[in-house]
Amino acid sequence: MNAFKLAASVAVMAWASAAHSAETLTMWYHGAGNEVESKIINQIITDFNGSQSDWKVELQSFPQAAYNDSVVAGALAGNLPDILDVDGPNMPNWAWAGYMQPLKIDETKIANFLPGTKGVWNGQLYSIGLWDAAVALVTRKSTLEELKLRTPTVDAPWTKDEFMAALDAAKASGKWEYALDLGTAWTGEWYPYAFSPFLQSFGGDIVDRSTYKTAEGALNGDAALAFGEWWQGLFKNGYAQATQDPADRDGGFAAGKYAFSWNGNWAALGALSAFEDTVFLPAPDFGNGPKIGAASWQFGVSANSKHPEGAAAFIEFALQDKYLADFSNGIGLIPATPTAAAMVDNYKEGGPLAVFADYSNKSGLVRPVTPGYLVQAKVFEKAAADIANGADVAATLDAAVDEINADIEKNNGYGH
Amino acid sequence: MALISPDNRGLRLATRYAVLVLIAVIFIFPLVFMLMSSLKPDQQLLLDSGSLRAFMPVGDISLENYSAAFRRAPVATFIFNSVLVTGITVVLSLAICSAAGFAFVFVNWKGRGVMLSILLATLIIPFETTAIPLLLLASKLPWIGLDGITWGWLNSYRVQIVPFIADGLTIYLFVQYFKDLPHELVEAARVEGASWPQIYRKIVMPLSGPILATAAILKFLVMYNQYLWPLMVTQEEGYRPVMVGLQYFFQLNVAWGEVMAYLSMITVPVLAFYLYLQKAFIASIASTGVKG
Repeated sequence: MNAFKLAASVAVMAWASAAHSAETLTMWYHGAGNEVESKIINQIITDFNGSQSDWKVELQSFPQAAYNDSVVAGALAGNLPDILDVDGPNMPNWAWAGYMQPLKIDETKIANFLPGTKGVWNGQLYSIGLWDAAVALVTRKSTLEELKLRTPTVDAPWTKDEFMAALDAAKASGKWEYALDLGTAWTGEWYPYAFSPFLQSFGGDIVDRSTYKTAEGALNGDAALAFGEWWQGLFKNGYAQATQDPADRDGGFAAGKYAFSWNGNWAALGALSAFEDTVFLPAPDFGNGPKIGAASWQFGVSANSKHPEGAAAFIEFALQDKYLADFSNGIGLIPATPTAAAMVDNYKEGGPLAVFADYSNKSGLVRPVTPGYLVQAKVFEKAAADIANGADVAATLDAAVDEINADIEKNNGYGH
Repeated sequence: MALISPDNRGLRLATRYAVLVLIAVIFIFPLVFMLMSSLKPDQQLLLDSGSLRAFMPVGDISLENYSAAFRRAPVATFIFNSVLVTGITVVLSLAICSAAGFAFVFVNWKGRGVMLSILLATLIIPFETTAIPLLLLASKLPWIGLDGITWGWLNSYRVQIVPFIADGLTIYLFVQYFKDLPHELVEAARVEGASWPQIYRKIVMPLSGPILATAAILKFLVMYNQYLWPLMVTQEEGYRPVMVGLQYFFQLNVAWGEVMAYLSMITVPVLAFYLYLQKAFIASIASTGVKG
């Protein structure tokens, strides 16, 4: 009898123990190879795992350049994790393709987040970012003084004429190899992220956002043609390089090759260390307000997850200001909330990078929120590169429109 | 018509050597650039890249990029994985493909001509076209291991090895080489009562050193440079090979010195393997006319 009681007790204890053991949640992250990022994300996971006993997050990191392909392969093989991170503009495609499910978190907790950090598709939140990125026109105070240029602000940015006059002055001075570093060496997403806001400031767009069913008129209308002519002129008239050595992109501004550099806030600390008087100017206004790209990496829940509530609990846990501040301190990006920004020396009021938060808030525009963006981004990149290299503007934009429209049609409108 | 004299023979020799040296320099410069750059800090590397200093160990030289590369990524794991996967695949490939080539050339069986044609036709199919069906298959295959039967081969060494053991090109190389071997040897062995496996093992393979070296080097290069397939099938860092590992170094601001240090380290096994087999490789090219 005693033996029976003992066995029963052991069985009950084993059951109780099993009942309380934490469910494992797998997570994929794009930061492999980035020591700082890995350290922070691992810290968040350790803190989360230690803060409760229901869930245990396990991380697999991927190198950023290979991340999207890995997720697509994982989705094909039915092998996605519970939690994944996604580059903002890709989210609608992954949601539409069935890789992700809506993110069920307490939305009051993200009420003060920067708009670009919220990944919304079809009226539902799918992903949320701990930071955003922003682009600025990097130059030196001494350059502005030497060329006798007005210092623009996001509320009073340079007009197109002022911007071109600044480039003319830099070119005429003969002090720099090129007036403007656009970063054409960075192919891929840099093109739509950094250059399509110029098009949008002209009044055009990659696709017609009112329906998302055509690019006709948006990418080949009068505004887009004006953008194309202006864009081509930058290279034809020797202000910038259509083909750039990656080494020049990385070190050209610091080496004094360029008067102005169109670059992201992730490169801002490097520019400041090269020149103490580095300043970050807002995007020029080409007629429809200054525009810069918004939305960076965000966290979401995969459609495969059997524990979406656990995945959402982790994401909600990661949204604490202290983690937003840690990421910002570590990788230089803009904290998603003003309260977190106040905790970061670079972004607090008067901080050297605080202007980026202002630019993101006031001129940030998310890339087209459509599953078709993946194709549209590539088409835009090709068109921008072709035009930069001398292709006929109208014909190139018409061809781009045809390609985008054919893709939308092939995919039955991508659910719009 | 120019007269041949000791004088102009020397000149021709000098010219020939000058051309060979020039070609050698052109081929060796990228390696020298890589090695020298791996010793320099990023800023100096970028500044030097526009001049001959890029090929010289000048300036602020150190091994810092190497230690930084180890801090950034599990380099030793990546190299180990690549060497393991490549080594096993090469060995199995030589065994299987040579046996297949032997069967095509020496064994008389119905339909071998058609089979060889089909095999050769596979040479024109790029791997990218079969990658996705192969991924779907690999994700569902069973495996019997210590844990019993498990389903799915993802995140394993076998998924990186098995699909590449046999391929049309390697079999074709063996077929071509075996065709040139004296068939009288095989016929004599058959008359003496030797079995096919015995002939394969004791007569044909001992004569196949050059083609084994060629096939080994070609397979080694293909396997060591694998990127797409391991990227698709290895979500766990512990199974990733060197080429996927290279992506760890391409962050938003690329640390070029570390990239060069990593490339220098992962190039060592390739050079060592080639140098080990180069005599047999050259002999094979000379005897079969195969362009490696």
